[in-house]
Amino acid sequence: MKQLRYFATVLILMALHTSAQAAGAGPALQTANTDVSNRAALQEGAKLFVNYCMGCHSANYLRFQRVGQDLGMTDDEVAQYLMYTTEKIGEGMTIAMDRNDSKRWFGVTPPDLSVIARARGVDWLYTYMLSFYTDPARPWGVNNLVFKDVGMPHALWELQGEQQLVHKSVTDDKGNIHEVAELELVGKDQMSPADHQQKVAKYEQAVLNLVTFLEYMGEPAKLERQRLGPWVLLFLFIFLIVAYLLKKEYWRDVH
Amino acid sequence: MNKLLTVSLEWMDARFPVSKWWNEHLAEYMAPKNFNFWYYFGSLAILMLVLQIVTGIFLAANYKPDATQAFTSVEYIMRDVEYGWLIRYLHAIGASFFFIAVYLHMFRALLYGSYRKPRELLWIIGMFIYLALMAESFLGYLLPWGQMSYWGAQVIISLFSAIPYIGEDLAVWVRGDYVVSDVTLNRFFAYHVVSMPLILAGLVFVHIIALHHVGSNNPDGIEIKKQAKNAKGWPLDGIPFHPYYTVKDIVGVAVFLIIFLGIVFYMPEMGGYFLEKNNFFPADPMTTPQHIEPLWYFTPFYAILRAVPDKLLGVVAMGLSIVVLFFLPWLDRSPVKSIRYKGIIFKFALFLFVVSFIGLGYLGMQAPTPTYTLLSQILSLIYFAFFLLMPFYSVWDKTKPVPERLTD
Amino acid sequence: MSAESVTNLGTEELDDKARRRFLIAATTVVGGVGAGFASVPFILSMQPSAKARAAGAPVEIDISKLEEGQKITVEWRGKPVWVVKRSQKNLADLASLNGILRDPDSAVEEQQPAYAKNQYRCYSEHPEILVVIGICTHLGCSPTYITEEDPSAKTLRENWKGGFFCPCHGSFFDLAGRVFQGVPAPTNLVVPPHTYLSDTRIIVGIDSSDKGAA
Repeated sequence: MKQLRYFATVLILMALHTSAQAAGAGPALQTANTDVSNRAALQEGAKLFVNYCMGCHSANYLRFQRVGQDLGMTDDEVAQYLMYTTEKIGEGMTIAMDRNDSKRWFGVTPPDLSVIARARGVDWLYTYMLSFYTDPARPWGVNNLVFKDVGMPHALWELQGEQQLVHKSVTDDKGNIHEVAELELVGKDQMSPADHQQKVAKYEQAVLNLVTFLEYMGEPAKLERQRLGPWVLLFLFIFLIVAYLLKKEYWRDVH
Repeated sequence: MNKLLTVSLEWMDARFPVSKWWNEHLAEYMAPKNFNFWYYFGSLAILMLVLQIVTGIFLAANYKPDATQAFTSVEYIMRDVEYGWLIRYLHAIGASFFFIAVYLHMFRALLYGSYRKPRELLWIIGMFIYLALMAESFLGYLLPWGQMSYWGAQVIISLFSAIPYIGEDLAVWVRGDYVVSDVTLNRFFAYHVVSMPLILAGLVFVHIIALHHVGSNNPDGIEIKKQAKNAKGWPLDGIPFHPYYTVKDIVGVAVFLIIFLGIVFYMPEMGGYFLEKNNFFPADPMTTPQHIEPLWYFTPFYAILRAVPDKLLGVVAMGLSIVVLFFLPWLDRSPVKSIRYKGIIFKFALFLFVVSFIGLGYLGMQAPTPTYTLLSQILSLIYFAFFLLMPFYSVWDKTKPVPERLTD
Repeated sequence: MSAESVTNLGTEELDDKARRRFLIAATTVVGGVGAGFASVPFILSMQPSAKARAAGAPVEIDISKLEEGQKITVEWRGKPVWVVKRSQKNLADLASLNGILRDPDSAVEEQQPAYAKNQYRCYSEHPEILVVIGICTHLGCSPTYITEEDPSAKTLRENWKGGFFCPCHGSFFDLAGRVFQGVPAPTNLVVPPHTYLSDTRIIVGIDSSDKGAA
């Protein structure tokens, strides 16, 4: 059984592997079309992060107040939706969980997620959150396709439902038969196709919002630099024109 | 107003050679009139040096060289310090642009034989600047204390351990610990912000003094100092650096800044080439990232290191690949300086060299596979052949006659 | 054309000169503006960071247990803030000191918010409570609180009604933080912005007028 699963995983990896990136082997990642200027998505993502992730993961480098300013929420709204009563608005998004406890529970201390989007990339995070599946062999009953034998439980399973690994035979162009493993929702057959599609789409949207917030969290200055960039470049172009005219004027002497 | 200025200048001149220096190095420094694209990068390298020093001062004012706080203090700069993100990006991406400017500057010397007599010493001083710059960027790269910082330093310092007998002790001495640690970080910070900038600034000063003593080379490789003088006492093909090249270099600065700041504001990570993903994981002495690669400007030499299947010889090959550059002035025995008058053999050799350098740079970023290793070995051979065979092919090469006057 | 032409400027010499002067001025101005803008991030980076601002956030003080004549000290923006509860006698004494004070009516605007610009230098609804920054206005030492009953008061100054004495350079302040005449400190102690959340809770760092700003 174990060997079979391993075999399946390898096949998935091979089937999904398309790009020959420097990062090395790994399943192809789904593209997360994040947009950090989308405040509604950011606010939804922030709520998901606080409710589902911050039980275990901190974001020490990000201050609540900054989140409010960047996401267009007042301090009171931040306090209402994102904070517990003991926290202060100017503080970072810290957690109370003891590092040693969490290490005992999960095998590793859940990392601080402040810069996780810059370390992993948004596509990886997006795919990761979509790729949990039921695996009784694991302590938390779940495994993940992009992070094999991950120590983390599927924090969003209430939103997604349970996923399972199914094996299918696929015939390619040359007539060779491959065994391919895919993930699908448990109880898919009991749902109407429309319901199923809606459920999947709703979850994907939630994950996208979460990942958008994680991306913002990785680099809050991104909003500011994109705002400032055009003006800086516009100024430099004006300077270039003036400097070029000056150069041309002087070099008439030489040419 | 004008009179006041004149009087002040006279007062200064009597006490300090302001006008003399201005004239010697700018207003009466005679430069050939045919500088082209490749001649922008000297002044641009100086611009980057100044930018690195200024941004570096402001970063050092907020950074903590302490293994428990370094990573956090960088994120503190990126988030909590007003415009800290901009200053940090200017510095981190500025390092890459410094190297871009320096590499193009060095390639210019290869193209036009700027290392040939009487500019051998100028070239050697330049090579020392290049070495100092590599040391400076390596030291600075440890400071963010991410995974790449840590393991990159670990790997490069371990190179010392390849030296027979004293290697291990030497590596421990450099680190000040048995592995890269807080002690290493603390001392690297000191060298990065004090020693190396002083050495760099000193070398750059000497480089410019040497240049202005021998005079600038040019795309034709003709010595304008040997030409007859015109009525003003200028060489026939010479023009004063100021105003002609000051106004021209300002245009170069504007274009360079547009590209540089375009990247700073729109793609600071540059797909991982300027800011590596793995460096956003805090340093963890217990876990090595799957794939360690230096930043792009070191990868050609890193590829040569990996191409040799022996620890000591690999380090030696990598060292020699840089040392050989110092001897360039004596390896090139062509009767002409500029590529414009050199023959097909040299042009082809230079083409192969560029291919090998860029190819090695690419391979140094890839995870090693048998194919890539073989390719690295072939390209390393080409790299060394370019230099070591130069005394022969530069003589066999069929050169064209060099005219008396500049051609454009 | 070659470089010789540099020496023999043509007939348009004058036009050329004007044009060059204009272009030099234009480049200098645009470049100067650019240098000015470029310096802004560097100058602003030296302002208190978000971390420093968070650490300097408003501080709440519970004064329900504060006795008459007692002083408590809290830290706000790294500075000591004193809260002193004055007795009716203390308040009565304050008026008698006006003649020997430098600024009895708190005429120097910067030293207190408008609501503390009175004899007691506090909210008129809570005349017994003084909230003041415990930093001498001379050179930044922190003065000592010395009551009228304090044994050392006799040797300190004749007719001492209680107040603050700065040991660094010998400045005196009364129980409203007002500076005496003939001492090095130039102005009264600073009353920080503060607001009563209730009769027993004060928040330092927020004016009642600008709620939310800090």
